[in-house]
Amino acid sequence: MKYFARKLGLLFFALFVAITINFFLPRLMPGDPASDLVNKMQGIPPEALESIKAAFGVDTEDSLLTQYGKYLYNLVKGDLGISISRFPIPVSDVLRIAIPWSLGLMGLSTIISFFIGTLIGIGCAWNRSKPLATFTVGFFIFIRSFPYFWLGLLFIYLFAFKIPIFPIGGSYQQGIGRSGWEFVISILKHGFLPALTIVISSMGAWILTMRNNMINVLAEDYITVAMAKGLPMKRIKGLYAAKNALLPSITGFAMSIGFVVGGGLLTEMVFGYPGVGLMLFQAVQSKDYPLMQAIFLFISAAVLLANFIADVFILILDPRVRDGGQ
Amino acid sequence: MLGDIFKLFFENKKATIGFFILLFFVGIAIFAPVLAPYDPKANKIEVIEVLDVDRGRRRTVESEKINEFEDTRVYTQEEITTYKRYTKKFPLNSPPSSEHYFGTTQSGQDIYSQVIWGTRISLTVGIGTGLFTTFIALTLALVAGYFGGLVDDIISLFTNVFLVIPSLPLMIVIAAYITVRGVMPIVLILALTSWPWPTRLLRSQVVSLKNRDFVKVSRSLGERPLYIIFNEMLPNMISLVMASFFQMTMAAIIGEATLEFLGLGNVSIVSWGTILYWAQNNGALLSGAWWWFLPPGIAIALIGTSFAMMNFAVDEISNPKLRKR
Repeated sequence: MKYFARKLGLLFFALFVAITINFFLPRLMPGDPASDLVNKMQGIPPEALESIKAAFGVDTEDSLLTQYGKYLYNLVKGDLGISISRFPIPVSDVLRIAIPWSLGLMGLSTIISFFIGTLIGIGCAWNRSKPLATFTVGFFIFIRSFPYFWLGLLFIYLFAFKIPIFPIGGSYQQGIGRSGWEFVISILKHGFLPALTIVISSMGAWILTMRNNMINVLAEDYITVAMAKGLPMKRIKGLYAAKNALLPSITGFAMSIGFVVGGGLLTEMVFGYPGVGLMLFQAVQSKDYPLMQAIFLFISAAVLLANFIADVFILILDPRVRDGGQ
Repeated sequence: MLGDIFKLFFENKKATIGFFILLFFVGIAIFAPVLAPYDPKANKIEVIEVLDVDRGRRRTVESEKINEFEDTRVYTQEEITTYKRYTKKFPLNSPPSSEHYFGTTQSGQDIYSQVIWGTRISLTVGIGTGLFTTFIALTLALVAGYFGGLVDDIISLFTNVFLVIPSLPLMIVIAAYITVRGVMPIVLILALTSWPWPTRLLRSQVVSLKNRDFVKVSRSLGERPLYIIFNEMLPNMISLVMASFFQMTMAAIIGEATLEFLGLGNVSIVSWGTILYWAQNNGALLSGAWWWFLPPGIAIALIGTSFAMMNFAVDEISNPKLRKR
């Protein structure tokens, strides 16, 4: 229970820090970007200007603390401000449209990548002296060194331009009904290359983590004993070694959710996939600060929550944590 | 101590390969002015074409050698009858050729020269950020791990918090607010968002070292903390510090390329990231100009692989279980 309480405390504190960063960044940055923005914004509707001024504390008599209070109050109400580039749509509405796409794309490809990567990692550790295992590990170290977005560019060039089997971007074909099989197939077709990018580039991490954990476990005495007893190799590999090596891998999974999401955001930007990542990119390009901040807050909250869930998962799986010991 | 580590390092095949890849790029970065055939931003070149009557053939002399050539011309006047000086424009968007090894951009710049010059910035930013981040992490880890107590609690809490706050969105948001576009802001942003990982790693090592007998003995003998930290703990942390440095440098090179690709760096400098930025913004992909975006990506991956291999090797050296038996 102590573990749970600590993780819950960390979740809330991290959320608080993210919210605070979000508040202070535009206000404390050198060069005062917020007033800069307001000055450039002449010609937009006065209500928009007012809301931006209020959101960023330009031309206000309030002290920083009062502003911070107001900001927190608005946040609790779910009022994230109004998007500048899509005026007068509230930021929360823009987010609501983008979230399902990101969740679907990143969630699915991360799960696929984790499973395949872990399986390959087990194989690589078990057959570590075979050339194929060495090659696989080397290959994925190399793949992992490519920037996410670049791999996406390469896939677009190869499979959407050279051999046009997949669409170049977007999430579904415009003009077809938003229901029925045709729609589903269109979504799958559009999502395939972005998903492939995420799977291929994040898989290396799972392979390497699992391989190293597995090798560590294989060096344990109880494995030697199991082998000496003449237990079937399959049993040793799966039940004795892999099962125990998986736990640190899940911890690793929890910690790298942030990186995975980062990669997913970049993939969306490259493929023009209408998720949160593309929104962030567009917001940055059009200097839509309210939208940008809301997206940062949302992504942070999502990652923190995912992290917490993974921690709870470990609590269930790991008896050492469960029983409150070390 | 250090000598032993280097010996172990170079006995490892992965480490040696990684090191030589790095050395190759460092060489390119240092000798960029000599290696790059053209100015990375120019799309034309001054040329002198000479008709050598005696030998009955033409030669062309390119920009930088023109002055040198004009000097010798005085002495070889008799051999030469005509020469003309003109500006040769580079072909636009041309695939790799013997004149432009990696082809040209849409506005006719030589990509080979760009990649060579880009090595300088990408490598400097990467290694600089790697050193800076490792330094921050090591300092925090030593302070937190050695002194413990409230200081440790506070540093650890913030490390854990920033570890889970996703760094890429944070990086993008900070970069979007920065009005000064340049290399220094990028180094700062990258260091600011990547310190938690190595800090956590190094701190746990400090804590474990602090409880080893030889450190305990020194402490009970009343050695000063600074002496213990620098003479007894740091030498035992070298492999982990090196691993952190390799990881951080690799992350920084990719991070810089990412920020610049998104247009959040200084797009008027020539680095691997900005080459990709211009390629993307001029639709290189959909005009089939693979030569524009392929070389910088491969360069990044090679350098990344080099650091990953060295990191792997350090892991193997310090963790005997991972070594081949």
